[in-house]
Amino acid sequence: MTTLAKNITHNRYSGLFQRLLASASLIFFITGCTTLVPSMSLYEELGEKQGITTLVDRFIEEIAADERIVNHFRETNAERFRSKLIEQFCVLSSGPCEYTGKSMLVIHGGLNISEADFNALVEDLISAMEQQALKTSTQNKLLKQLAPLRAQIIYQ
Amino acid sequence: MTNSLFATPHPSTDCKAGQSLAKQWQGVTSCSLLVAISLMTSTSAFSHNSTHNQGAGLLATGGASQIEGTAGGGLVPMAVLAGYGTDDSNHGAGFFSRANTDDYELTAFGIAWSWHNRVEFSLARQELNIAPISNALGLSNDFLVQNIAGLKVRLAGDLIYDTLPQLSLGIQYKHNEDFLIPQAVSADREHDIDLYIAASKLYLAGLAGKNLLLNGVIRATRANQGGLIGFGGDKDKHHSFVFEGSAGIFLNKHWLVGAEYKDKPDNLSFAEEDPWHDVFIAWFPNKQWSVVAAYVNLGSIAGLEDQTGWYLSLAGSY
Repeated sequence: MTTLAKNITHNRYSGLFQRLLASASLIFFITGCTTLVPSMSLYEELGEKQGITTLVDRFIEEIAADERIVNHFRETNAERFRSKLIEQFCVLSSGPCEYTGKSMLVIHGGLNISEADFNALVEDLISAMEQQALKTSTQNKLLKQLAPLRAQIIYQ
Repeated sequence: MTNSLFATPHPSTDCKAGQSLAKQWQGVTSCSLLVAISLMTSTSAFSHNSTHNQGAGLLATGGASQIEGTAGGGLVPMAVLAGYGTDDSNHGAGFFSRANTDDYELTAFGIAWSWHNRVEFSLARQELNIAPISNALGLSNDFLVQNIAGLKVRLAGDLIYDTLPQLSLGIQYKHNEDFLIPQAVSADREHDIDLYIAASKLYLAGLAGKNLLLNGVIRATRANQGGLIGFGGDKDKHHSFVFEGSAGIFLNKHWLVGAEYKDKPDNLSFAEEDPWHDVFIAWFPNKQWSVVAAYVNLGSIAGLEDQTGWYLSLAGSY
């Protein structure tokens, strides 16, 4: 404890705190500016229904060509998968849609999807988003919405 | 879309080598934003499918290699493990790093291997060229050298997908090969153990739409200048708790910019020891390679003040 106390009171920390404060101010300044710009919703950034439909089609093409995970989809009804995925992306991006599919838990039950399978799927989605030339920030926002679903998908 | 797209039997044995390679390359280049972590080291990779030897982890989640050999940034470890493995695969990494400051030159190299993204083993060697000091003192030895063996265990969490940060516990055994010089400045011992806990988290779209990486480490150590000047000393023979941290922003999935800070104990009365810090840019062109360039400020080292300079690191993962 004496060492801790010594370190905490050591004056080099004042320099660090100043730098941290400066960094924090800069960050607030930058983010403050961005909030002044009227922001598009994620749904709009994705190109609304048409953009999402194209994205999902490209995503499915990526999956179909991905030997790491395509076997998991052998029993999948492709047309239903496509329409439910479009609905889900639409809902997750706050678009005017309703998800009418089953829950992620039900869909993935017994499939024993691994972390590696899930990562492959994410890479396929990123590849599809890049083909569509979506901005990095748009890609990140969609991934952020999808990330919480991982717990309902792997090892069910 | 037709059902046949999915229904086509697609066992890997049906794949022609060319297709498989093409897809593999695509996988590499498309890797992911997520890689987020790049700075750190790596989380294992994924050998589950033998045709995909570049690892199942997302791009940059393997991190870069920290100078003590573990996955991390340049100076600070992270909670990620080396390589691009997942829970069912083993992967590893190797690195070579060089820092040139006003009066010193530090070379570090090593290897790391991760088992099931759970346990990481690492070996590293650091060589500090102290020619200005050895010349002034008429010493025959221009180098201070130490070897480091590390073990890091992922305790909980996931860098990207869990609400809580990824948490890892690490232990390092360090042995100074040139203890004569540290001993002459009252260092207490030539080998010692560091213990640390690291928490790392990637926030998707965490700052202005960009992915934000935050990493903090609490380390128990009595290493002088990381161990290059021995361990403990006349001022303090006991372990101190010190903080290390890093923060970065992914400009896109390949580029990470950020800063690191590493506090150190102050055990020797002959020269004051300063914290280390740096600003860095890391490039993750694919899952095989990463390059980190940094401007480092190592403060006062062995009485020579304001040691600032460049750091460059090349790491390879599999």
